[in-house]
Amino acid sequence: MSEDPIEVFLQPIQLDYDYTAGVSASRFLRAIEQGKLLGQRCPVDGRVYFPSRGSCPQHAVPFADDGAVELPDRGTIVTYSIVRVPSENIPLELPYITVQVLLDGADTVLMHVLDGDLDTVRMGLRVEAVWKPKEEWTTSLANILYFRPLDEPDADYDSYKEHI
Amino acid sequence: MRDVAVVGFAQSDSMRRETDRNEVEILIPVMQELRKKTGLTNDQVDFVCSGSSDYLAGQSFAFIAGLDAVGAWPPICESHLEMDGAWALYEAWVKIQMGYADLALVYGFGKPSMGDLPLTMALQLDPYTTMPLWPDAISIAAIQARLCQEGGTLSAEEMAERAVRDRGNAKSNPYAQVKGDFSVDGILADPYIANPLRKHDCSPISDGASVMIIASAEKAREFQDRPAFIRGFEHICEPMDFGVRDLTSSKSTEIAAEKAGVRADKIDVAELSAPFTHQEILVERALGLDESTNINPSGGALAGNPIMAVGLTRIGEAAARIWDGSADRAVAHATSGPCLQQNLVCLMEGN
Amino acid sequence: MSEPSLTAPHQLAYTYKRSLGPVLSRFFTALRDRKILGVKRKDGTVLVPAREYDPDTAESLDELVEVQDTGVVRSWSWVPKPRAQQPLDHPFAYALVQLDGADTTMLHVVDAGSEAQMATGMRVKARWAKETSGAITDFVFVPGE
Repeated sequence: MSEDPIEVFLQPIQLDYDYTAGVSASRFLRAIEQGKLLGQRCPVDGRVYFPSRGSCPQHAVPFADDGAVELPDRGTIVTYSIVRVPSENIPLELPYITVQVLLDGADTVLMHVLDGDLDTVRMGLRVEAVWKPKEEWTTSLANILYFRPLDEPDADYDSYKEHI
Repeated sequence: MRDVAVVGFAQSDSMRRETDRNEVEILIPVMQELRKKTGLTNDQVDFVCSGSSDYLAGQSFAFIAGLDAVGAWPPICESHLEMDGAWALYEAWVKIQMGYADLALVYGFGKPSMGDLPLTMALQLDPYTTMPLWPDAISIAAIQARLCQEGGTLSAEEMAERAVRDRGNAKSNPYAQVKGDFSVDGILADPYIANPLRKHDCSPISDGASVMIIASAEKAREFQDRPAFIRGFEHICEPMDFGVRDLTSSKSTEIAAEKAGVRADKIDVAELSAPFTHQEILVERALGLDESTNINPSGGALAGNPIMAVGLTRIGEAAARIWDGSADRAVAHATSGPCLQQNLVCLMEGN
Repeated sequence: MSEPSLTAPHQLAYTYKRSLGPVLSRFFTALRDRKILGVKRKDGTVLVPAREYDPDTAESLDELVEVQDTGVVRSWSWVPKPRAQQPLDHPFAYALVQLDGADTTMLHVVDAGSEAQMATGMRVKARWAKETSGAITDFVFVPGE
């Protein structure tokens, strides 16, 4: 038996939940199971929120059921970061690029990863989603594996500067 | 001291399990209803304060999502407590007292049905010597009830009487979860769920939310002809260890009531947030209530217990009786921690 | 709404790493040696578990004294269906136990076999784990001496 005094104590916590996604997130997740990216239009100013969260966080009004907007799986990188530190929950080879993508037609950005060149990644780069094989789709944003660059001219700074 | 009054209130139903909506989706329609009833717009609000618990939501920073129901752009002055909304109201009241705000929006919300609430409550206990034993909230309350019963403080019959009274009163409360006609004999014939507690001695587990507006006197009359002026507002805490507390009385409620001036005159209405029948008796006694007071006209926590909102809801229910003229002087109570460890008393008057 | 909300099982699990400080360090180290320590207050009464501060006066406390691992049940409740996280996998009691030599009770577990064996005022003694680690779960109480 150790003679050293005990100075630190470890307490594991484990709590189990039956988690409910909620009305808005369920609608979003069921759409993505079908390969559709569903945003939600604010009834006050018409801005499109993606992913949708049930109400407009600016005007605090519930999104109407008929306000759903299907968005394309392509958009513009508004900002990015090169990650060189491993994370337990991200099984990607280092270094990798995290990006914020503004889908065409959306007013809020999506956080994802880019399969691209560390030296040429840049704000304004046009990108598209790369999906898992259709038979593997579930109710998860992980149906999109990553984004990759499109062979298109960069977007004008003015077209996304509001969303940085 | 500034004159500050409760002037607006809305609440959701207390629901055993809201199957579809998440926490913030429960809150959104309540906030909408309050805005509709009062005409409140964000530019009138100087301060926003809320109470909720990430452990109930099962995710860290879950309370941030609550701001979607408020509208936080342009940026707002905001604060959050991992406490019942009644304590958020206290913070807002202090903010107004200090002159930093004239009107505040306060809310509490929670969806405990997603997890095991009595077990989750073990995480509020001393983390070194008590929590590792995972005592659930019902077991701890049962230990307190036994001390009270065997020490002659109160009886099982008196406990059952509280359940009968509260659930009977709740028949007229559309938001209540457990209501109806029960009898003391019927309850005493029920089996124990944690000896000496029967199911009827326990508040239900409720998903729900409530929202409130408080304002300085100058603004209060824009919202209510008869604002519920807060004349005393105190919260008092007892030590952490059960062994050094007297669990057969609620000393902290007694001190809070004394400081708030509860006993200075007749109390017309009292709304109590005690989650167990024996605790309700201890709180009644600590507040000095008798038959002259209408206790828990809404049914209290025993009829609906939307945790993190239930205390704020008691204040809202008491205030509503001042607004409609049925009470001149009302007291509301909220509690936090195991066995009435921390208690808040809010005294309101119409004149 | 056409379809109910999606639901999923979700587990929140992590390990808190807590520094004990000088007083609790001695309390837990003693548990590893199958000894229970209280702390003496200025008025001579003994608090168990040992605490760094007097709950009434907030004075610093550091005079640790050993108490017996036997005592009296002052109140209890029965757990007919223990949860997975709780210390025993069969029905047991949570109880306030006043150890011999202590002036306050502590919340702990009594492995009594059945509810009929439980009574306020009953004597209990600690049953220590074969391997102690220096934790409050190193023992449970059982009836008798």
